[in-house]
Amino acid sequence: MIPDTYLPIIFAGLMALSVIVYAILDGYDLGVGILLPLDNDQHSDKMIASIGPFWDANETWLVLAVGLLLIAFPSAHNVILKELYIPSAIMLVGLILRGVAFDFRAKVAQTDKHRWNQVFKAGSIIASASQGYMLGCFVMGFESSSYAIAFSLLSALGVTCAYALIGSGWLILKTTEDLQLRAIAWAKLTGKISFIGILAVCIVNPLINPLVYERWISAPFIYFAAIIPIASFALLLAGHFILKRLPFEGDKGCWLPFFITLFLFVLCFSGLAFSFYPYVVPGQLTIFEAASAPESLRFILYGAVFVLPFILAYTMFSYRVFWGKTKDLNYY
Amino acid sequence: MLDVFMLSRMQFAANISFHILFPTITIALGWFLFYFKLRFNLSGHPVWMRIYRFWVKVFALTFALGVVSGITMSFQFGTNWPGFMEKVGNIAGPLLGYEVLTAFFLEATFLGIMLFGFNRVPNWVHTTATLLVSVGTTLSAFWILVLNSWMQTPVGFELRDGVVHATDWMAIIFNPSFPYRFVHVLLASGLTAAFLIAGISAYRLLRGDNKQAPFLALKTAVYVAATLIPLQIIAGDLHGLNTFEHQPAKVAAMEGVWETKKGVPLLLFAIPDEENRTNHFEIAIPKLASLILTHELDGEIKGLNDFEGEHPPVGAVFYSFRIMLGVGMLMLLTAWFVSAKLLRKQTLQKNILWGLVGMTFSGWIATLAGWYVTEIGRQPYLVSGVLKTSEAVTDIAPGNVLFSLILYLSVYGVLLIAYLRTLFLMARRAVEIEEIQPAERKTQKNSPFYSMAHHSINNREVNP
Ligand code: HDD
Ligand code: HEM
Ligand code: HEM
Repeated sequence: MIPDTYLPIIFAGLMALSVIVYAILDGYDLGVGILLPLDNDQHSDKMIASIGPFWDANETWLVLAVGLLLIAFPSAHNVILKELYIPSAIMLVGLILRGVAFDFRAKVAQTDKHRWNQVFKAGSIIASASQGYMLGCFVMGFESSSYAIAFSLLSALGVTCAYALIGSGWLILKTTEDLQLRAIAWAKLTGKISFIGILAVCIVNPLINPLVYERWISAPFIYFAAIIPIASFALLLAGHFILKRLPFEGDKGCWLPFFITLFLFVLCFSGLAFSFYPYVVPGQLTIFEAASAPESLRFILYGAVFVLPFILAYTMFSYRVFWGKTKDLNYY
Repeated sequence: MLDVFMLSRMQFAANISFHILFPTITIALGWFLFYFKLRFNLSGHPVWMRIYRFWVKVFALTFALGVVSGITMSFQFGTNWPGFMEKVGNIAGPLLGYEVLTAFFLEATFLGIMLFGFNRVPNWVHTTATLLVSVGTTLSAFWILVLNSWMQTPVGFELRDGVVHATDWMAIIFNPSFPYRFVHVLLASGLTAAFLIAGISAYRLLRGDNKQAPFLALKTAVYVAATLIPLQIIAGDLHGLNTFEHQPAKVAAMEGVWETKKGVPLLLFAIPDEENRTNHFEIAIPKLASLILTHELDGEIKGLNDFEGEHPPVGAVFYSFRIMLGVGMLMLLTAWFVSAKLLRKQTLQKNILWGLVGMTFSGWIATLAGWYVTEIGRQPYLVSGVLKTSEAVTDIAPGNVLFSLILYLSVYGVLLIAYLRTLFLMARRAVEIEEIQPAERKTQKNSPFYSMAHHSINNREVNP
C-alpha cells in the first residue's frame, strides 16, 4: 500500500515523464513539419512519410500529460489553462490544422495538395511556437509584464527551433542521399540557434525569476544547476563536430544527431523540473496542495501501472515494424 | 448580452458536436473494416481487399478529424468549466484517465500499422491491428460514456466539504443509465457507418462504377442497417423507460407534458410554448405516451409544472427528440425496402440509389439530435442534482471566449466542407481505378475457401 503523501510525488513524476516523452516524440514530428520544404514535392512526400505511422500516437502523450494534470492536480489544471487560454486555443488550432492537413494532402487533387502542404507547415509552426510561448509564461509564473512577454516570445522561438533540431535529427536517421544532406544542413543551423537559446535562458531566467535564482544558488541544486548547462553544451559541441563529418561511410552513426538531441531535451527538461519542484504552478501551488483525493489517485494508479508496460511494448513494436529508412507512404 | 456562461456553453456545444461527427463513424467503421479484412482472409477474393482499401482511407481521414477535435475537448474542461473538475474531478479525472490509458494509445499506435503496415507485417498481424484499432475506439466510447452517464445518473459517491468523493467504483462505472446509453450509442454508430457506406457506394454506382466492390459494399451495409435499426428502436425505447425512472423532468420535456396527468397522449407534433406553459397545434394519439412509458393506458406521467425552475428548456428537447425518431423511422423504411429489393433482384434502380445517397449522413442528424435530447434535457444541471451548469463556468473575460469560439467555428466550418468534398472526390476517383488485376487474383487461388466464396460473389450480374 502506497502512503497518501507519496501519491502527489508519483503523479508529478508520471506527468513529468509524459511531458518529456511528448516533447521528444511530437517534437520530432512537429519539427519535420516546421522544416517541410515547399519547393520540393519529393522531399515533402518523403518527410511526411517518415512520420506517417507515428504522429497520432505521439500526440497522445500530450493528451496523457494534460489528462494527468487534470486527474491529479485539478486546481492547477484550472489555473494553468485559464492563464493560457488564448495561447492554448491557438495551439489547438495549429494541431488541428496539421493533423488534418496530413491526411487531406494525400487524398486531394495535385493543386490542392500543395495548399495542404502549406497548411501542414503553418500548423506545425503555430503549434510549436505556442507551446514555447506557454512554456515561457509558465516559467515566468504567468506574469503579464512586458519582460515576461518578451521572455515568452524568446521561449517560443527556442522551442520551435529545438523541435526543428530534433526533427532534422529524425530525418538524418530516416532518410538518405540529398534529403539527408539537406537535413544535416538544417541540423547545423538549428543547432547553433539552440545553443544561443539555451545560453540565453540560462542567463536570463535566474536574473528575472527570483524563485529560480534562489533555487539555483542553494545547495544541492547548485550542482544540478552547474551540471546541466555544462552537459548540454558538451552535447551541442559533440553534435556540432559529428554533423560536420556526416554522412559517414555506410551511413554509420546516422542515429547520433537524433539521440544527442534527445539527451539535450532530457537535460533541459530536468533542469526546468528541478527549478520548480514542488511547485506545479510556480510560486502559487505545490503538488501537495493541488492533489486530488487519494482514493481517486490510487484507483487510476493501479490501472496505469498495469497498462503502461503494454503501451511501451506496442509502441516499441510499432517502431520496429517501421524500422530503417523511410519508404514511400501508401495505404498498403 | 452574451456572457461568459452563454459563450462557454456555445463553445462546448460546438466543439462536442463537431467532435462526435467523427467518432460516431470511426467506432463502427473499424468493425466494418475488420469484417472486410476477415472476408478477404477467408475467401482470398481481391474484391474484399478493394473494399477494405477504399474504406480504410475514409477511416484514416475521419479518424484524423476525430483525434484533433478530441484533443480540443480534453482542454475544454479546464479552460471553460473549472467548477466541473473542482466539484467532481475525483470521479471525472480517473475515468478520463482510463480512456487515455486503455483506448487512445491503443488505437493511435495500431492505426499506424493498420494504415501503412500491410507490406511490412504478416497478414495476421495486420488483421489483428485492424481488430485492435476497433477495440480501441469502442473502449474509448465505453469510458467517455461511463462519465457522461454518471453525469446523468450519478451514484457511488459522497460529498465531503462540498466535493464529490468516490465510494464505489463499480457502481460509478455501471451507473443506472450507462448500459442503455452504451448500447444505444454503439448501435447509432453502426447505423451511421452503414448508411455512410451505402450512400457513398450508391454514389459510385451512379457515377458508372460497374465493378463488384461498390455493389458488394452497398449490399453489406444495407443488410447491416436493416438488422441494426429494429434493435436500435427497441434499445431506444428501453433507454427512454430508464430515463423516465431517473430523470422524469427530461422525459416530460421530451413528451411535452405540462400537467401531471393519467392517460397522457403521445404528441406526434406540437409547438411547445414555455411562456404560457402549454402546447399549440397538437397532433396526438390518445393515451399512447402513458402506455409506452408506464405500460398502462392510465399510467401517470409527471408534468413539467411539477419541476418548475428545475426543468430543461422544453422546445429544444421536444423537437430534437422528434427529429431523432423521425430519422429512425426513415432508416427503418429505407433499409428494409432496399434489402427486400436486393433479396429479390440483386440490382437497384437509379432512384433507389439516389435515395441511398440522400441518406448518406442521416446517422449524423439522428446522433446529434439524440445527444441534444440527452444533454439539453439534463439542464439546468451539469451533473444531475449535484452541480448546476452555471456553477461550473469559468470567470475569464468574455472577449477571450468569444475569440476562441470564432476561431474554432471558422476552422470547423472549413474542415467540414473539406471533409465532405474529399469524401465525394475519393468516390469519384475510385470509379476510374481499373478492374482487379490478375496479380491480385493469385492470392485467391491459395485460399482454402476459394471455391465457396467464388460462387457467392460472382453470381450476380453487373449493374449497368
Ligand atoms: C461515443 C464516443 C465518443 C464521445 C462521446 C467522445 N469521444 Fe473523443 N473520441 C472517440 C469517441 C468519443 C474515439 C472513437 O475514440 C475517437 C474519435 C476518432 C478517434 O480517432 O478516436 C476520439 C478521439 C478523442 C481524442 C483524441 C485521442 C487520440 O489522440 O487518439 C480525445 C483527446 C478525445 N476524444 C476526448 C474526448 C472528450 C474529452 C470527450 C467528451 C467531452 C469526448 N472525447 C467525447
Ligand atoms: C458526443 C456527443 C455529445 C454531444 C453532441 C453533446 C452536446 C452537448 C450540448 C448541445 C450541450 C449544451 C447543453 C446546454 O447547455 O443547453 C452539452 C453540454 C455539456 N456536455 Fe455534452 N454532448 C456530448 C457528449 C458529452 C460527453 C461525453 C460529456 C462528458 C463526459 C459531455 C459533457 C458536457 C458538459 C460538461 C456540458 C456543459 C456545458 C454546457 O452546458 O454547454 N457531453 N453537450
Ligand atoms: C427510433 C427509435 C429511437 C428511440 C425510441 C430513441 C430513444 C432515445 C432516447 C429516449 C434518448 C435519450 C436518453 C436520455 O437522455 O436519457 C436517446 C438518445 C440518443 N439517441 Fe436515440 N432513439 C431512437 C433512434 C435513434 C437513432 C436512429 C439514432 C442514431 C443513428 C439515435 C442516436 C441517439 C444518440 C446518439 C443519443 C444520445 C446518447 C444517449 O443518451 O444514448 N437514436 N434516444
